[in-house]
Formats: sequence, structure tokens, C-alpha cells
Amino acid sequence: MIYQDSRTLLEVRGLRATVSGIEILKGLDFTVNSGEVHAIMGPNGSGKSTFAKVLAGHPAYTVTGGTVSFMGRNLFDLAPEERARAGVFLAFQYPIEIPGVANSQFLRLAYNTLQAQRGKDELDPLEFDDFVREKMKLLEMNPDFLDRSVNEGFSGGEKKRNEILQMAILEPRLAILDETDSGLDIDALRIVSQGVNQLANPESATVLVTHYQRLLNYIVPDFVHVMEAGRIIKTGGKELALELETRGYDWVGAEHLEQEAAGRVAA
Amino acid sequence: MSAVLQNLVNQPYKHGFVTDIESDVAPRGLSEETILMISAKKQEPEWLLDFRLKAYRQWLTMVEPAWPNVKYPPIDFQEISYYAAPKPKKKLSSMDEVDPELLRTFEKLGVPMHERAALAGVAVDVIFDSVSVTTTYKHKLAEVGIIFGSISEAVHEHPELVKKYLGSVVPVGDNFYAALNSAVFTDGSFCFIPKGVKCPMDLSTYFRINTEGSGQFERTLIIAEEGASVSYLEGCTAPRFDTNQLHAAVVELIALDNADIKYSTVQNWYAGDESGVGGIYNFVTKRGLCRGVNSRISWTQVETGSAITWKYPSCVLLGDNSVGEFYSVAVTNHHQQADTGTKMIHIGRNTRSTIVSKGISAGLSNNSYRGLVKVAPSAEGARNYSQCDSMLIGDRCSANTFPYIQVRNNRAKVEHEASTSKIGEDQLFLFAQRGIGAEEAVSMIINGFCKDVFQQLPMEFAVEATKLLGFKLEGSVG
Repeated sequence: MIYQDSRTLLEVRGLRATVSGIEILKGLDFTVNSGEVHAIMGPNGSGKSTFAKVLAGHPAYTVTGGTVSFMGRNLFDLAPEERARAGVFLAFQYPIEIPGVANSQFLRLAYNTLQAQRGKDELDPLEFDDFVREKMKLLEMNPDFLDRSVNEGFSGGEKKRNEILQMAILEPRLAILDETDSGLDIDALRIVSQGVNQLANPESATVLVTHYQRLLNYIVPDFVHVMEAGRIIKTGGKELALELETRGYDWVGAEHLEQEAAGRVAA
Repeated sequence: MSAVLQNLVNQPYKHGFVTDIESDVAPRGLSEETILMISAKKQEPEWLLDFRLKAYRQWLTMVEPAWPNVKYPPIDFQEISYYAAPKPKKKLSSMDEVDPELLRTFEKLGVPMHERAALAGVAVDVIFDSVSVTTTYKHKLAEVGIIFGSISEAVHEHPELVKKYLGSVVPVGDNFYAALNSAVFTDGSFCFIPKGVKCPMDLSTYFRINTEGSGQFERTLIIAEEGASVSYLEGCTAPRFDTNQLHAAVVELIALDNADIKYSTVQNWYAGDESGVGGIYNFVTKRGLCRGVNSRISWTQVETGSAITWKYPSCVLLGDNSVGEFYSVAVTNHHQQADTGTKMIHIGRNTRSTIVSKGISAGLSNNSYRGLVKVAPSAEGARNYSQCDSMLIGDRCSANTFPYIQVRNNRAKVEHEASTSKIGEDQLFLFAQRGIGAEEAVSMIINGFCKDVFQQLPMEFAVEATKLLGFKLEGSVG
């Protein structure tokens, strides 16, 4: 939703980043205001997931240029855990397993760390149990989840729901969902989308990284961006996603090249 | 390995201080005279001196074992002092007369020497270098017939018991280090739980090596008579010295019919510095004999210290339906080396054993599990379950598993499971992305990994072990 009195949450200017010495992001610009839902689409290898991980501070990626400000602060001054505590949330494309650590224990530690940061009371295990069960209803999750090890033996759909559960608990300002729709069947997709929609509020924003238009039937974006070769080359409304679905990505790239050429001639 | 993980593992050793106390230290070197001197100092009876000399003569014919997966320069046994004791000002009759310097030492280590200050009623025998300094709750335990105190005292006060059981589980010539211990052991704990008595409190021994260049050779003997039960805890620390020190202990447990012994260790000897200089060589023989029917011996160990650990707490399951258990967490960092595990020897019918071993290696360390499950033809219906898991932190350490299984009864059931995992960048990133810093993340992952073992520890020890592990591995992840 676009609000009149929204403020800028995230501002990315000329972002460049490498992994193992190979440049993936090549001067990316991107702005998100509170209350908005953005979808970033684009072909495989265009740098969508890299962008998500760079924002979250994954240690394998090196930022080589550009600026990112988050709620007025230089994001790169913050360690990954500080970014999370400041309200940046990444729902992982491939949630990793943590054997031996109970989901309830993990969720409670994450929640209490954040509460401490916000100067609020931490919850003891019993209080937290009530709190988390309420959130799980939203995602139609079986309470058994709490006793199982984090993501261990979870199906693809269960892992993704668990990510959204973490989002529901942590109430981030900026939620980045990296291909959350991949590997979900229709029912799971509906449940996860409902969860995301219910969590939306005027103070926060959502960035969906996705390949497919399908997800956008459930979570309607205010903006759709097309990413290619490490940059955003086109931005439009939700109808752009439909157009991509029928025409593919090639035409966007061609159009972009034409515009660039025209720009150079004009200059 | 990231810088965060590095910092996490590389925390300093907290117990590395030296107590400045006047000590009676024997000149370095080992000969029959040394043994005569130790025996004389302790005013020992003839039979014990014979025991020592027999062990010494056997030891002379033996060679150090070469099979453990550890490397160290040859030990010069003539360079070690075999006796060191804090000089008592006079004969002690109460705690108030203990040297205040000693009291402060143990206070610093968190060991309660005053009964009124003792944790949740744990009786403690405190051993400083070669001698037992004090035992708390001795009188209270005596009321129910339990004998708990130093083995030196027991030699004088209960010679018939010591004579009957000493060396009955670990014979003098059992192995190189057990023979050495039998020749020169200086003190240790003795515990006797009479028929039908359930020990009303946990018993505990705290070992402290203080004097540089001295070895510690303690001897522990625990006997649980018919229907008796006891939970026994052991803790150890040592100061930081640049030279290696030898600790060669022998522990013998004997469980008669329906008796139950639970033995827990948190071993935190000085491990040497980051480049592998100094540290304790922990070459220990621990063995329990389930002599009676339905008896049970359970070993739980958390091994975090020592430059080298060579230790296989074992159970000989002689009595029918007897049960042996081994739960172990072994953590190595920097240049530490551990070769540890257990032996379960099934002789009686329907004997059962469980082995749960968790090895964690960080830095440049080398961590090996070595275990033997042996089922004799007589062990009709024997069962064993073994689980050996290894976790690697960083990419310069190693983990090894050497399980030996010898089954000579074709109806026995033996299961073995093993796994290896690694704390990786992506796991830590998941925690970080949820606002959790690397230290807490590692501690949570490690505690999850060790859960099955920590559950076996008495409450206070479990808390201690959890903290110790967090501390030990702080800075190692990355």
C-alpha cells in the first residue's frame, strides 16, 4: 500500500558487490518507503538473491561500491545481527538446518534478544509458548514444530512457513522474502501469503524476490522491478508482472539497451 | 574461518594462577628409593609398599603405548617430581586451621571447602598436588555408614577394604600408566557405600595441580555394596606453566548386586597456550566392574582441558543383567589432542551398554573417539548401542572415530551410529539474521549437539559444563 505520509525506509544508490571476486551487483538503485510492497523479478543469475543477502550482511559477499541507508543510518556500519535488531529481516530461500537446537528455543532467543534491544521485557518459556502458539495459528502450523530441531527434517513448505513464523515473531520494519514461493504447493502458498498480508502495516515494508508472477496474485505489489546483470533496469506497477509472465524478460533487456543507446546519443 | 569465530574460541584459561604456598616437594626422579620415600612419608603398611614395588618392577619392563592417535615428544620420567604437598602448619582438626592461602585458592576456583558454604549439599574431597586437603560432610556421611575421604586415610582406617579392592579392577600391570600410578600414587578419594545405603548427597573430588614439574598420580576407589547407590563428581584444574605436566590417575569402581554408581567428570586441566606450549598430559585409566547382578555403572565426562587426553572409562559387565553407560563430550581447540572413548566388556547374560560420544574440534586440534564393544560367548542376550558424533569448527582441525566391535555370541545385538557435522558460516548467518550474535549462536549449537550427554550430568555440573563449553569455544567460529 502506498501511503501519503510514508517515509523512506531503505535507499540504495549505485550498489556494487562481489562474491569470490566476481562482480554480481553493478550499480543498483532502489528505494523503499514504509507501507510499500515491492517485487523484484528477473532471470536466473541476475543478482536478486545476492542483493537480498548483501542487505542482510552475509559474510560471503563483499560490498565494493555505493551506499545503502536504512531508516537514516548507514547500513554498512552495522554488523549482520545489528541489522536484524534494527528491523531488517531476510526470509531465506534455503533455510538451513540446525540439529539439536529446538525451534522453540531458537525462536525465543531471537525474540528476547530483540525485546532486550527495544528495552522491553523478555518472555519466559511459558509466556513465550502462549505468544508463539498464537502466531502459529496465523500460519496454520502444527505446535509440534516447536519441539523439533530448527528446520531439521522439515519439508520445503514447512521450512518456508517457519521463516514466516520468525517474521511474525520479530515484526521487522523491512522484510525481504527471498523466493519464499519456490517449493510451495498451492495451499502452502495461500497460507504463507495470507500470513505476509496480515503482517503488513503502514510502518513497515515488504520486498519480494521472486521468479514467478504466481505469488503476486496473493501478495499484490505496489511496484515491480526487473533486475538484470546486477541492476534494476525497469520499474512498473503490478501489471508489469503480468506482462513479464506472458512476454518473458528478453524484451525488457532489449528496451533497456535501446534507452541507454538513446540516452548516449542525447548526451 | 571468520574473525568472529576465531575470537570466540580463543578465550584465556581462567584457572591458570599459581598458589604461593610452602610445599614439601620430592626431588625429581623415580627409583625404588622414591617409592620407599613416598611410602614412608605416608607411613604405609608393608602390603601397600609391596603393591607399589610390584607395580614399579612391572612398569620397568613395559613400554609407553604407541597406538593412540596423539603425538608428543618422549617423556623423561626422571624429570618429574613424584611428590608435592603443601606443608601443614600443624595437624588440622577443623577447617578453620586450613592454610588461608589454600582456602583462597579453592574459593577462587569456586570449590566450597566450608560445609556451610557448600552447594546444595555436595560433599567434597579436595586434593592439592599430591595430598587430600580436606573432606567436607565426612561425619554426616559416617552416620549412615558411608566412608568418604582420602585414600591415604582409608589405608590406615579401613585397611581391609582397601586391600581387598585396590587393584581388583585395574591390576598393577594393566597398562604402562596404570603401572606407574600403582607405583607412585600419592592420594585420591576413597568411597565406600555399605549394603542397602543410597548416598544422601553427591560426593565430589576436586583435583588441583599446583607445583611446577610435579606429576599428579591420584588413585580413586569407589565401592558400592549390594543395593547401594552413589553419584560421584570429579573436577580438575591446574595453573598455566610452559612445561608439560603428567597426570596419570587410576579410578576403580566396584558395583555389587543391584548397586548403582554414577561417575561424572568435568575435566578442565590447563590445555597449553595457543601455540601448543605447556599443558597437562592426561593419561588416565578408569574402569568400573559391574560385579553383581543388576548392577549399573554410568560414566559421564566432559573433557575440555589438557594438552593431550588419553582416557577410556570402561565397564566390565560381569553380573547378569548389569548395565554400563558412557556419555562423553570431548572438546579440543588450538593444538589439543584427545584420544578418548570407552570399552564395554559384556560377560554376564543380558548385559546392556550404551555409548554416546560427542567430539568437538576447533583450531588445529585433533579429536579421536576410540571404543571397544566386546561380547564374550557367555553374554547371552547382550545388547549395545553406540552413537559417535563429531563436530568440526573451522577447517584446520580433525575428527576421527575408531570403533572396535568384537562379538563372540551370535545372538548379541550391537548397533553403531556415527555422524560428522560442521558449524558453518550459513548456520551462523541464520542466527545473526535473527539478531543473535556469534557467541550465543555457537553456544546454542554446541549445547544442542551435546544435549544427550549434558542431560546425564547432575544439575550444578550441567550448568558448569554449559558455561565451560561456551567459554572454551568463544572465538573459535568463523
